[in-house]
Amino acid sequence: MAFVALLIGFPLGWTLYLSLTNAQGSVRSPFDFIGFENYGSVLADTDRFWPAAARTGVFTVGAVVLELIAGMGIALLLRRSFRGQKWVRVSILLPFVVTPVAVAMMWRLILEPNIGFANQFLGWFGIPAQPWLSSPETSLATLLLVDVWEFTPMVAIILLAGLTSLPDEPDEAARIDGASAWQRFWYVTLPLVRPVVIVAVVLRAIDALKTFDLLYVTKGQGGGSFNEAETLNIYVYGLNFQYNNFGVASAVLIIFFLMILAVMWLLTLRKKESDA
Amino acid sequence: MSATDTVEKTMSPTHRRPKNRKRTPYSIFRTVMLVLIVAIFVGPLLWMLLSSFKTNVDIQNTSKAFIFEPILENYRAVIGDGGYLRFVFNSLWIAVGSTGLSLVIGVPAAYAMSRFSMQKSAMLVLMARIIPAISLLVPWFYVFANLGWVGSYGVMILSHMFILIPVSTYIMMSFFDSLPLELEEASLVDGLTPIGAFFRILLPLSVPGIATAGILSFIFSWNNFMFALVLTGRDTKTLPVAVFNFVSYASIDWGAIMAATVVMTLPIIVIALFLQKYIVSGLTAGATKG
Repeated sequence: MAFVALLIGFPLGWTLYLSLTNAQGSVRSPFDFIGFENYGSVLADTDRFWPAAARTGVFTVGAVVLELIAGMGIALLLRRSFRGQKWVRVSILLPFVVTPVAVAMMWRLILEPNIGFANQFLGWFGIPAQPWLSSPETSLATLLLVDVWEFTPMVAIILLAGLTSLPDEPDEAARIDGASAWQRFWYVTLPLVRPVVIVAVVLRAIDALKTFDLLYVTKGQGGGSFNEAETLNIYVYGLNFQYNNFGVASAVLIIFFLMILAVMWLLTLRKKESDA
Repeated sequence: MSATDTVEKTMSPTHRRPKNRKRTPYSIFRTVMLVLIVAIFVGPLLWMLLSSFKTNVDIQNTSKAFIFEPILENYRAVIGDGGYLRFVFNSLWIAVGSTGLSLVIGVPAAYAMSRFSMQKSAMLVLMARIIPAISLLVPWFYVFANLGWVGSYGVMILSHMFILIPVSTYIMMSFFDSLPLELEEASLVDGLTPIGAFFRILLPLSVPGIATAGILSFIFSWNNFMFALVLTGRDTKTLPVAVFNFVSYASIDWGAIMAATVVMTLPIIVIALFLQKYIVSGLTAGATKG
């Protein structure tokens, strides 16, 4: 398929090529082939690259784990029918279909330390005001929470589709045998729904790794003045479009891409294991 | 389990339990939890809506969180002099154009992959979903900038297609997989050509699938920020970029920003309210096949 090749082959090939050159400045300026020099300097960069890689990992793992737990809880609650179920479904659809830039702006206002509703709300319970996005220490954790707000519903909806497609009989058999609710979930439902759980994890992990809009809109270029929210995505963006450092940016991209592939490969291994 | 089956089951699981059941501790707990869940996920959006009707003075005043005099000034400012309608048009034009073209390419491609079991191509489509958007943007920007195309509608539509084609192909593939092969066999026996069978038999049957792919594609394009940030010029700016640029001025006009975000998210919320079935089936396409 020609377009698939065009879609993936060209960008990857071109990125790979650029990553071996010292292209920078203007896109029209000439550049030289410099071998693996960019890779060497990137991998030795403990100032920006490795912290950004670590933040990407923390953010992704944190988001996937929290969203999976909360999403499973919501899916289990929604599993049985009740009045108004349709409205609950629609309302949890909203956070992840609404434009991410709008979500980021909205949370910026809500989490504003002085005028935001978040601190006002905490105040009602006597909890002291938090700096949220304004402090380098709490920024990444706050953004993780916003991401959990935004994408837990998506995980819940995927898991719910899996749960509703399960047969009732194993659950009922376990109930008759006297299994507790937790035992029925852990030993009966979870193993049955496991393939769907893995799909949800893969989809969320892919998207969380690529998070850009939320981070860029709330913290700006470089992930804030101390780079406190800079992930690999934000780092590449800055290298390429702020500093026009095309060669180095391409090298980081290739490394980032290899990391993603490695993670996906590990996850599909797990999936095959569970299928067998 | 096909995508459409799943939707129907997800949408109407009423067969599971009789209606009049007793109030057990669990049912009370569940009601409380559900109210909490709705409050957590919808509350912030309502806050955005409330703030868009406040003056900037009221936004700063935490004692006027819920009781204030609503005003329309923010909307007037945004729609009146912001040139905002221009951005609405840009977003709409780019989203419709890229969605349409992606379907034209993605639907036949998905059909070919589904029917002639082109596993390798299918893997490549999956790859296209895994690749971070920025690793498409960096090389393509280099090319587009060299050609002097940055800032045109064409470039925006083209770049969105890079994302939308894999999405719509993926959704349509799982849809075609759920249609029985006998359909084409019967139509071939009745004297249609393979192409004729596709256009006259399969395409009419795939309207729900195409709607799903189209709606999701439209949302992805409408919501896209990163590509628009780099590839749009002054005249082709889309809504997310316009909203983002509101902040770059010295003082943040929260009222106007919230009004702008409400205008931006309204179409999406309307789509979600009326077409939620399609969004859910698009998201879960392939998910329940294991």
